[in-house]
Amino acid sequence: MPKTARRKKRLDRSVKVRTEGLYALTSWSEITYLLLPRLVLIMGLLSLPFFLDMYWQRVLCAAGIYGLLALGFDFLAEFVGLVCLGGAFFIGAGGYISGLLNAYLGLSPLVCIPIATVAGAVISTLVLVPALRLRGIYFAIVSFMFPLFAVYIIVALSAFGGTEGISALDNLPNQWVEVYLILAAVLVSLFLLRRLVDEDMGLILRAIKDNDQAVKASGISITTYKIRAVFIAALIGCFGGAYLTHLYGWLGISLFGMDFSILPIAATVMGGMGTLAGGVLGALLLTPLSEALRGFGQLRVVLYCFILLLFIVYKPEGFLSYFQRKYHQFELWEEV
Amino acid sequence: MKAEVILEVNSISKTFGGVHAVSDVSFALGKGEVLGIIGPNGSGKTTLVNLITGFVQPDSGKVIFKASDITGMPSYKIANLGLTRTFQVMRPYYSLPAFKNLIIPLNSPRVKKTRSGRLGDIDAVAIDILEEIGFERDARVPYKPAGSLPLGYLKRLELARCLALSPEVIICDEIFSGLSMSEIAGLLPLLEKLQMQGVTLVMIEHRLRELFRLADRVIVMNFGQKIADGIPEDVMEDEEVKKAYLGRERKK
Ligand SMILES: Nc1ncnc2c1ncn2[C@@H]1O[C@H](COP(=O)(O)OP(=O)(O)OP(=O)(O)O)[C@@H](O)[C@H]1O
Ligand SMILES: [Mg+2]
Repeated sequence: MPKTARRKKRLDRSVKVRTEGLYALTSWSEITYLLLPRLVLIMGLLSLPFFLDMYWQRVLCAAGIYGLLALGFDFLAEFVGLVCLGGAFFIGAGGYISGLLNAYLGLSPLVCIPIATVAGAVISTLVLVPALRLRGIYFAIVSFMFPLFAVYIIVALSAFGGTEGISALDNLPNQWVEVYLILAAVLVSLFLLRRLVDEDMGLILRAIKDNDQAVKASGISITTYKIRAVFIAALIGCFGGAYLTHLYGWLGISLFGMDFSILPIAATVMGGMGTLAGGVLGALLLTPLSEALRGFGQLRVVLYCFILLLFIVYKPEGFLSYFQRKYHQFELWEEV
Repeated sequence: MKAEVILEVNSISKTFGGVHAVSDVSFALGKGEVLGIIGPNGSGKTTLVNLITGFVQPDSGKVIFKASDITGMPSYKIANLGLTRTFQVMRPYYSLPAFKNLIIPLNSPRVKKTRSGRLGDIDAVAIDILEEIGFERDARVPYKPAGSLPLGYLKRLELARCLALSPEVIICDEIFSGLSMSEIAGLLPLLEKLQMQGVTLVMIEHRLRELFRLADRVIVMNFGQKIADGIPEDVMEDEEVKKAYLGRERKK
C-alpha cells in the first residue's frame, strides 16, 4: 500500500455571527453552537457551590473578588488604555467604608455594602482623576502607589484601628447568601461590561485608547469619558472590597495588600487580555492555587509574577482566546 | 463688499525648544472663504493648525473665533464650537466598520444639542453622512472595516468625521497628499459642494495646482513666518515666495 503524506488542516467554522456586521442566526444548531460555551460557563459557576465544602466555598468567594478586580483591570487596560495597578485601593476603600459603617453606626452589611460600593468608587475616582492625564506607564506607577499611601496614612495616624484593624464585624446572613452574592456580582458585571464595550460609550473609550487626538477633534472630552470608565471599574472593585470585609468580619491594612493589585493582573493575562471572561476564569484557577500555597505567605506574589511571565512569554493570547480559537476551528487530515 | 470675519489669528507664536515653529503669524478668515496655506516642509503649517484648534498652546498671541477668544481653550471645546480639523497623519479605528468611526463625533455635545429629537438611529445618520461623501451604500462600503479601505476613502472618512459635527470651519491638513490624480478629482467636487453650502475651508497643501482650483486666497509660510498673503496668481509671482518655496522645491 503506497504511503500518502498527510497534513493537518484547520478551517474556520462558518458561523456568520462571528464576523463583524449584521447577520441573522439561521438555525437552532448555530444558536446552540454560540450559546453552549456561555451556558456551560454560567451553569458550571452557579452549580459549583453544591460540590464544595465550607472551606472551599470561601475560596470560591475569594476567587469571585479577584475575578471582579480582573474584570475592572481588563476593562481599563484593554478598552480605555489605562493600566491600573491599584486594584488594592478599590478593595481597601470599599472594605474600610463598609466595615466602619458597620462598626460605628451598626448598619447591617446589606446596607453597608451598597453605600460603600458607591462611596468607595467616588473616592477612588477622585483620587485617580489627577493621574488621568498621565499616559501609559506613569498612570500605572501612580495608581500602584495609592494603596501604599493609604496603608502608611492609616498606620501613621493609627486611624480606623491602625495596624490591628477592627474585628468582629457583622457577617452576611449565611454562607449561601455569601457565595451566591459574589457569583451574581461577577456574572452581572461580566454581562454588563461586555454590553458596554460594544455600545457607543465603549466605542468612544476604545477610540480614546487608539487615538485620543481624533477623539478630541471630534468634540469629545476624553477626561470625562476616562472618569466614567474609572468609576465603573472602581464600583466593581469597591463592591468586592465591601463584600470581603463582611466575608471575614474584619477590616485592616491588608485590604490594601499587594495581592489585590497583582493577582488580578496575572489572572487576566492568563485568561487573555481583552476577553473580560478570561480574567474571571484565571481568577478561578489562580485563587485556589494561591490558597493551597498559603503557607508561603508573601512568596506567593512571586508565584503570580512567575505565572504572569510564563504566559506573557509562551501564551500571550491567554488560554481563553486559545480555546475560543480552537472551538471555532475544526481540524481534518488531508492528503497532499 | 467684505465678508464677515469668522476666524482671526493675532500674532501667534510657538517655539519648541529653540525652534521657532510659528512666529508672529496673523491673518483673518472670511466666512465662506477658501483659504490655502502653503509652504515648504517644516515651515510650521501643522503647528499653526494645532495652535488654532487647541492641540498646542501658543506662547503668545490670540485666536478669535466668531468674536470670542478661544486661545488656550481645550481642543474638544473648540471642536464643539464648530471649528474642526483633519489630521495630516490619520489614524481611523481600523478594526471598526467605517460608519462606526462616526459614532464618536455624533456623540459630541454639539451634535446632541443640534440634532436632539431627530437623532433617531445614530448608525443611520452615520451611514447617511458617509453616503453623501461618496461611500457607495449599494456596494456596502460604509460597512467595510476602515482598515480595509484604500487611502482615498480614508481621507474621505477623515473629512466625514469633521462633517459629522456640522462644522462652520474645517481645516484640512494635506488632505490630497498621497492620493492619485483620479482620487483627487473625486474629492474636489465634494470640497466645492461644502464651499457652496457655506462651510469655510482652510486647506494646507503641497499640491498647488489642485489647491488653486479651490482657493480664493493663499498664505505662504516659511520658517514659521507668514511671508505672503493674497490671491494665488499674485502670491506665486512674489519674489520671496519664489525663492523660499519654489527654490527649495527645485533643489529636491
Ligand atoms: N511637538 C513638537 N515638538 C517639537 N518640535 C516640533 C513639534 N511639532 C513641530 N515641531 C517642529 O516645528 C517645525 C514646524 O513643523 P510643522 O509640522 O508645523 O511643519 P509643516 O509645515 O506642517 O511641515 P510638513 O509640510 O512636513 O507637514 C518643525 O521644525 C518641527 O520639527
Ligand atoms: Mg504638516
